[in-house]
Order: sequence, then structure tokens, then C-alpha cells
Amino acid sequence: MRSYIIRRCIFAVVLVFISTIIAFTFLKLSPGKPGAADINPRVSQAYLDQQQRFYGLNRSPVTQYFSWLGVMRFIGKDTRGGLLQGDLGLSFKYQQPVAQVLKPRLLATLSLNIITMLFTWSVAVPLGIWAAVKQYKLPDKLLSLCSFTGMSLPGFFSALFLLWIFASHYHWLPAGGLVSLDHDTLGFFPRMLDYARHMILPIVVMTFGALASLQRYSRGNMLEVLREQYVTTARAKGLSESRVIYKHALRNAINPLVTMLGFEFAGLFGGAALLENVINYPGMGQLMLEALRAKDQCLVMTTFLLGSIMLNIGNLLAEILLAAVDPRVSYV
Amino acid sequence: MTQTATQNPQQDPAQVQPALDLGGSDGQSATASWRGLWKAFRKSRMGVIGLSIVSVLYFVAIFADCLAPYGFDNETRDLLWAPPTRLHFSDANGSSWRPFIYPTRSYIDSDTFQIKQEQDVTHRCYLRLFVQGDEHLFLGLFKTHLHLFGVDPPPPATPGGDTYYARLYLMGSDLSGRDVFSRICYGSRISMSIGLVGESIGLIIGALVGGISGYYIGAVDNILQRICEIMMLLPGFYLLLMLRFLFPADMSSVAIYFYITVIMAFIGWPGLARVVRGMVLSIRNLDYIHAARAVGQNNFRIIVRHILPNTFGYLIVSVTMGIPGYILGESGLSVLGLGIAEPIPSWGNMLHQAMDITELDQHPWVLWPGLFIFLAVISFNLMGDGLRDALDPKRTKT
Repeated sequence: MRSYIIRRCIFAVVLVFISTIIAFTFLKLSPGKPGAADINPRVSQAYLDQQQRFYGLNRSPVTQYFSWLGVMRFIGKDTRGGLLQGDLGLSFKYQQPVAQVLKPRLLATLSLNIITMLFTWSVAVPLGIWAAVKQYKLPDKLLSLCSFTGMSLPGFFSALFLLWIFASHYHWLPAGGLVSLDHDTLGFFPRMLDYARHMILPIVVMTFGALASLQRYSRGNMLEVLREQYVTTARAKGLSESRVIYKHALRNAINPLVTMLGFEFAGLFGGAALLENVINYPGMGQLMLEALRAKDQCLVMTTFLLGSIMLNIGNLLAEILLAAVDPRVSYV
Repeated sequence: MTQTATQNPQQDPAQVQPALDLGGSDGQSATASWRGLWKAFRKSRMGVIGLSIVSVLYFVAIFADCLAPYGFDNETRDLLWAPPTRLHFSDANGSSWRPFIYPTRSYIDSDTFQIKQEQDVTHRCYLRLFVQGDEHLFLGLFKTHLHLFGVDPPPPATPGGDTYYARLYLMGSDLSGRDVFSRICYGSRISMSIGLVGESIGLIIGALVGGISGYYIGAVDNILQRICEIMMLLPGFYLLLMLRFLFPADMSSVAIYFYITVIMAFIGWPGLARVVRGMVLSIRNLDYIHAARAVGQNNFRIIVRHILPNTFGYLIVSVTMGIPGYILGESGLSVLGLGIAEPIPSWGNMLHQAMDITELDQHPWVLWPGLFIFLAVISFNLMGDGLRDALDPKRTKT
């Protein structure tokens, strides 16, 4: 098992490395000059050339890639460090180090996704168990209708629909974004409240969308457990139904769910990318689109790299958790 | 690492037995099993509802030219953001069995700066069936002006007076005065076809790679599986965006349509390939495959003619369930303005106009296309669910 995990980790590192090459190739193949969208036509060519030199964009693409990676610094051909030295580079759209641009975005996306995940799990799992216990009865049918709706409702549409009602028509919620205009002048609690007001809608939309699959998965697990012989035995020896379900069946039904956590982890990052762009939420998904529009090289590469790393860790986590809860699974 | 897939009970498709031999080698059994599938499918009520909605949407897509009262780019700049037209049956001059509308003009209220509508209630424009309207190429075969329904023309403008328009906006008009309902009809062509085109591309790659991988275990399998893994471990939405930016924003709509479809298929095939591989692994050692090999058939023929047809049941379900992904992918990109370009309508790029949220309350009817996306997606999901139940060996045996 341990050697498997080590091998898998090495493979993951290789994969992430390959994914950065793929991303860089696509980026270099795409048309347009970096930052061209934002260039003021009155700026002189000399200044532009100087900018190009400053950001190292006048070198060959291969050199640029290795410089971003930090290899050039490593062999002493570049003064600026790269990924290997822990330097993520400079963003020329924002004229700031990438790390500085990323930090608030990362925080916004992660908080949105983690809160959503907490809500989803605390609602979906009990609902799934309940639906399994009431299989083919009214609650089960209603829930399955709900989860089909949740699965099929495009997040961008439900977000726009809710924004129409709650923001545009009744003005109860702000229309997108993460903070109000007067955010900085507020005290601590009003500021938190301001965040909360902005996040309610995306959280509701995402929870409703994510609910469906988890609810159906936990329902399926519970149904499988309820068919096991030891449940029949428990019933046969005269235990009360609630004891059979909550004491005997429930634990075994919940166990396999932890593998889903791994996949949830992978989705913490890109899960809301489209929604972020639609409701103007300043997260990673929006940043990626902005960076791509401006061809902001270091920013695109770092965002893609982070997404790739999260996906790899998530999948690895899922595999390990699966082996941890299911003794039938072993990796060699 | 090769063992991962086969030792993972939740994801192991190798344990899924091929349900029905739909592509049975002799024609008779194939027809019989198609009939069996239909019989089993009919039992799932939601599945049948899904199938009916999908059929209606395809009908709309095919006959969009005729069903839509106006062409997709027929605009009336003087009727921007017109609310849905009300059909009247009676007014002060008495009632009529035939619904009618009033000629309308729009103006900007000088106090609130909102667009307001004013109607000329003295003149009725009746709704009529089979009217002449914008020219279109019916079914791509012949030119005609015929539309299923439309309204009478407005009275001629009096000199010096305001111009009134008689436009039938069943779902309102958009920001350049185009009929939202007509554009939804035309937009269905994109959403309803993109899934089929994309899935067929993805299916061919996925099934072939999966088939080859599962059949020739060993080095070939190893390489193909590593490629699949790399593809699956790239962040999908970011990759989609990056691939989109490989091409300029101002491509023609047809080129964008095919390009988007191809990149979505390119991102989507590895999942299919993995599952097909698992199924092929379980089939490749069955007696009839040994027999085919003994007869001396070549490997490619064995994969395509004998092994892949046996995964058909799974493939049908997976194709049906995969179509919503393409619909959502296209509309997602189009909502962001990266997909199908104006003036060609797609349900996604029509929703782009709804992104001006503070103004949305003035014209909430631009949200209509979203409802159609939802309708299409849920019907495909219901249909896929029904198909899965129908093909489930556990259920068909009982």
C-alpha cells in the first residue's frame, strides 16, 4: 500500500508537470499578444519593447517556459526565480506578483466551495438515507424528482433567475460580486454580514446542484446495506426498526461515502468557475478567464497548475480513502 | 497502477455484464432485442415523458423556419425590449373568436428613462395561420415565405403621426427588437444537435481506444491508459477555456459550433474509453471471441464486429446521459460570450443578455431560453435513466 501511494505520488508529479507543458503550449499557440487588450494606443513602441523585456517575453517560448519553471535561474541564466524557487512570476495585467493577485481570489473561491460542501453534505446524506428508508414512497419520489431537477438545472440559469427575483426585482440581495461599495468603511460584523449577503445566492445555487448526486449516492448505499443479511437478522431477532436502521445499517451506509470526499476536494477549485463568471464573483474561475483574455502568461500558468494539483490530490485522496474504508480494495 | 481500475469495486465496469445483445450478429435477434428494449423502456413513465419532450424539441429544431413567426435576425429597432404581446379576444368593439393584437409603438419615458409601450387600440391585427413572412429555406430544400402563424400588418402610418408596429412577440423581444420565441425555435437547432454531433465524435474515439486498450492488454493498454489518465486529470473547465482561446473570438458561427463540439468531445472521451476498456476486458476471454480468433479473423474486425457491439447497451445509456454535458457546455460558453456568435441564436448566447442583472427586472423574459436548456437537459437525463433501467439485467430478468 505504501509503495503504491509513493508510486502514485510520483506519477501525480509527472502528470502535473505534463499538464503545465500542455497549458503552456496552448497558451503560446493562441493568437494575440500578451496584454494587447489593455494596451493604450498612445503608448510608445519603445515602452512596449521595454515591457516585453521586463517580463521576459522577448525570449523564445521554450526559454520562457523553463524560466517560469525556475530552471533558468537554477542554471544561473536568469536573475528572476521561478516555480522551483517558489516565485510564481509577475502578472502584467495587474502589474503585481502573481501570488498577490491569487491570494484574495483563492480565498474567495475556497470559502465559497467549502461552505457549499458543508451544506451539501449535511443536507444530502440525511436526505439520501431518508429516501432509502422510504423507498418508493412519497418522500422518495419527491426527492428523486428534486434531485433530477437539481442535476439538470444549469447553475448559470438558476443563478440568473434568482438574481432577477432577489436582486433585480426585490433588492433583497446584492447583484453579484463579493463586497459592497462601502465594504471597507464597515466594522467587523457588518463586514462579515456583507460577505454573507453576497455569498448566499451562489451557495444556494451550488448546493442545489451538488445535492442531487450525493443524495442519490447515499440512497443507493443505504439500499444496498438494507438488503444485506445482517439487517434481516437484526429484524428477525426483533429489534425495533429505528434501531436496525440507525444502529446497524446507517454506519455501513455512510462509510463508502468518504471516498466522495476526495472527488469533492478536486472540485473545490474549478467547481464554480462558470458560475463565478456569470455572477461576477471574484474567484479563481473569473481570474482564469480574465487572465486568458489578457494572455497574462504567469497568471494563466499558475491558475492552471493549481487546478491540476488539486485535481491530482483529490483523486489520490479518493483512492486512499476507498482502500481505507473497504478492506476488499488493496493496491499493489 | 494498471490494477487500480480493476480492483475498484465502485468504478469497475468489468463486473457489469453486457445487458442485451442489441447488435446481435444475426439480424433477427437484433430486431427482437430492440423490441425488448422498447418494451422495457415503456415501463418507466419518466423515461417516456423525457423521450416525448426530446421528440417535441427535435420537431421544433427541424421545422424552426416554419414554426417561428419571424426569422432569427428579423429586428425592429423601434420595439426594443418589448414585453410579451398580449393576445386579445374582446375589446370595446365587441368580441372575436379569432385572437388579435394591437399595433404598438415604444418610446422612452422622459421622466424615468424607461422604455414604455403604447398601443393603438382602434385597430385590430388578427392572428392568422399559414401566413407569408420572412423568406426561408424550408428543410434546406426549397425557398418559401410560409410561416405557421403570424399577424396582420399594421395600418399604414398617417403622415406626421407615430409609426405603429404589429409584431407578435409571444415571449417578448430582445435588445435589438428580435422575437425571443422565434430565436428560441432557431436556437434549438444548436442545442439539440450539438450533443449528437459531439457524442458521436467522442463515442468513436472513446469506444475505439477503449476497445483496443482492453483487447491488446499489455504495453498498448498501458500507454493508452496513461494518456486517458492525463486527459482526465487536467482541470476540465480551464482546459475548455484554454482550447477556446486557441482560436480567435471572431470566427464564423459554423466554425465556432464545430470547434466547440470537437473540443468538448476531446475532453470527454477518456471517461468513455475507460469504461469500455473494462467491459472489453470482461468480454475478451469469452468463448465466442476465442472462436472468432480460431477462425482467423483479424483483430480489428474482432474488436469492431464482435466485442464493441456487446458494449452497446452501456453505450446507449452513456450517450444519452452525455448529451446534457454538451448542451450545458455550449450554453455555458455562449453565456460568457465565448460560444456561438450573434446574430445566430443559441439558447446560451440569448441568455448573455440577461447578465446585466440590475436591468434584468425591466425585461425578465430574456430568461426564457434558460428554461429551454433546463427542459432539454432534464428530458435527456430522464430518458437516460429510463434506458438504464430498461437495460439493467437485474430488472429485465425478473
